[in-house]
Amino acid sequence: MIVKFLVAAVLAGTPLLFGTLGEILNERAGHLNLGVEGMMSLGATAGFIVGYKTDNFVLALLAAFAAGAFGALIYAVLTVMLMANQNVSGLTLTIFGIGLSNFIGFYYVGKSAEGTLKLPERITAQMRSVHIPVLSDLPVAGELFFSYNPFVYLGIITAVVLGFYLFRTNAGLNIRAVGENPAAADAAGIHVTKLKYLNIMAGGGICGIGGAYTGMITNGGVWISDCVGGLGWIAVALVIFASWKPVKAVFGSLVFGAFRILKYYVVKDIIPIPDAFFDMLPFLVTALVLVATSMRQSRENNQPAGCGINYFREER
Amino acid sequence: MKKKLLSVLLCLAMTVTMITGCGETEEPLDPETQAMVDKAISDPEYAPVPKESMKVGVIHIGDPAAGSGYSYAHDQGIIGMQKEIGLTDDQIVRKNNVADDDPTAIEAAITECIEEGCVLIFATSYGYMDTCEKLSEEHPDVIFSHGTGYKGNGTNFNNYFGRIYQARYLSGIAAGLKTESNKIGYVSAFGKTLSETAGGINAFAMGVYSVNPDAEVDVKVTNSWYDPEGEKQAAQALIADGCDVIAQHCDTPNPQLAAEEAGVFGVGYNSDMSKDAPGAVLCSVMWDWSAYYTWAVQQLIDGTWTGDNYYGGMSEGLVTLSDLSDLNDPEAAAKIEEAKAKMLDGSFNVFDGVIETNEGTTVGEEGSTLDDATIQGGIDWYFKNVVEK
Repeated sequence: MIVKFLVAAVLAGTPLLFGTLGEILNERAGHLNLGVEGMMSLGATAGFIVGYKTDNFVLALLAAFAAGAFGALIYAVLTVMLMANQNVSGLTLTIFGIGLSNFIGFYYVGKSAEGTLKLPERITAQMRSVHIPVLSDLPVAGELFFSYNPFVYLGIITAVVLGFYLFRTNAGLNIRAVGENPAAADAAGIHVTKLKYLNIMAGGGICGIGGAYTGMITNGGVWISDCVGGLGWIAVALVIFASWKPVKAVFGSLVFGAFRILKYYVVKDIIPIPDAFFDMLPFLVTALVLVATSMRQSRENNQPAGCGINYFREER
Repeated sequence: MKKKLLSVLLCLAMTVTMITGCGETEEPLDPETQAMVDKAISDPEYAPVPKESMKVGVIHIGDPAAGSGYSYAHDQGIIGMQKEIGLTDDQIVRKNNVADDDPTAIEAAITECIEEGCVLIFATSYGYMDTCEKLSEEHPDVIFSHGTGYKGNGTNFNNYFGRIYQARYLSGIAAGLKTESNKIGYVSAFGKTLSETAGGINAFAMGVYSVNPDAEVDVKVTNSWYDPEGEKQAAQALIADGCDVIAQHCDTPNPQLAAEEAGVFGVGYNSDMSKDAPGAVLCSVMWDWSAYYTWAVQQLIDGTWTGDNYYGGMSEGLVTLSDLSDLNDPEAAAKIEEAKAKMLDGSFNVFDGVIETNEGTTVGEEGSTLDDATIQGGIDWYFKNVVEK
């Protein structure tokens, strides 16, 4: 049962991981993008519809990435170029993304013969759990580490690559500089605007893949409107929990995923706690982490200093 | 300046895309029909409303276009009524996406319907109840029919709901015969705190018990009518715990999809979910709201509207069990038919006689059956084979 619980926690954490990684990239570029939910919704729809039409898993993933990046591009144009308020633009993107995604979903459901959209056989087989010979058959370890769908492994690889990119490469150093102090970065000869665009859009694309996870895996390949269901907001909280570090986000999303499903696995006879308590746990822990990190006063674990503030080059 | 213009344009584009999804315009009635409507609705005795001047408003919590689900099922009922009675499209006014926790929005939607000439309003979600009660006093000439609640004033404000537990009992028979592990999972939006869900769970469990006294029904509660991920996770947790049939009382087909993925079976709800998970669904518990909508509109046309509350069931056709899929135990069809026949001739009412709860107490009396008020609002116990998980 404990193994089943951990497996379920990983599965519940995976969409959160993508959302969190995307948002980390945004915030490292100095942009607090509250549109995660919207970018995930766009990705969910694009991934689902392309998968439905082409029966090709890779194309579906690319479409989800492109749709998320498109949402982020709108946000980037508004906030980087037009200097619009970041919070408002992000919220707008969320509302826009959910609305557009449902609108497209309704259109296709309306056209379908049975009033329901179900992904075709081949892509369903491809996106379900992988089976690695020998490894997947190991007792316990096989189920714990080698029994997931491709998204899970993709998520972990993305986290490691992002961690390497942000903290071990020059490009990563540059984008962190932009997020901390864009004026100084600009003075040092870094192309601030270009880097912001690139990172915001890449972040949006990663969020889009998280959306595709909810559309394709959580809902088992059947179209459901509002399929992201608030996960984007949890991802925003998770960024704080992970203290803006991609590799910590893997751990964080596992913990949050575990909290989200805990109520279904706790034995009610032994621990009689109301379900509402479990629903509250992730946010309670986030609050505690916020308090703890602010008490430690370490710059390293803080939000990038330039995050949330638009950069006017002329006001340097 | 250019940048400002561009930002304004972008915002506009976003708004326009959002708006195109919602709302539909209705043509105003021609003066002659309007006069007839006015005359008909000014009569407090509820004189017959001629078919041609009948105008029906429908308040949906979601968008029926979203496919299988709550609003879709209600809208299918409205479409069925429209065909049965023979109304034209402009005699139906739909207000979609009316949040049922926002009294201002509800009042605005209903008032718009009245201004467009509706004489009958179907408010399909629970949260519309208090607004309907208030508006029914302000508009004595308009009839308010509210679904799933419990209030009514006996004249122009009534309530409609149905004996869905009858169909759940029958689906319990299918599940009880199918299970091999003798553990049946049940994903429910709410538990003992709500009579609607508790009654459904109990009826299902009693159906299971009638054919398989050894099986238990394990219940997991999501605390939400709509939680795609939670519903899936709850089903997966039940399957991990050894359940091999998953029934549900929640809005998405995710529990059925989880069952299909894991190679076990399930019982769907709201619409025929075998189209979503053909490899798992034994049968689905369904509403056919057209039974009530047709009945209500016909009453108004005939001038026989009384304003009584409506609590229909299998015999009225409001509640049905979908066709059994090929996955069922061979005995299921006959057993279900037998129980259904008893329900229809009135010799069996599900909550008959003394019922043992899972806490060792008993409910009900020998030789009687629970009354409708108790079924609708007073079930706060579980049948003896139910286990809260």
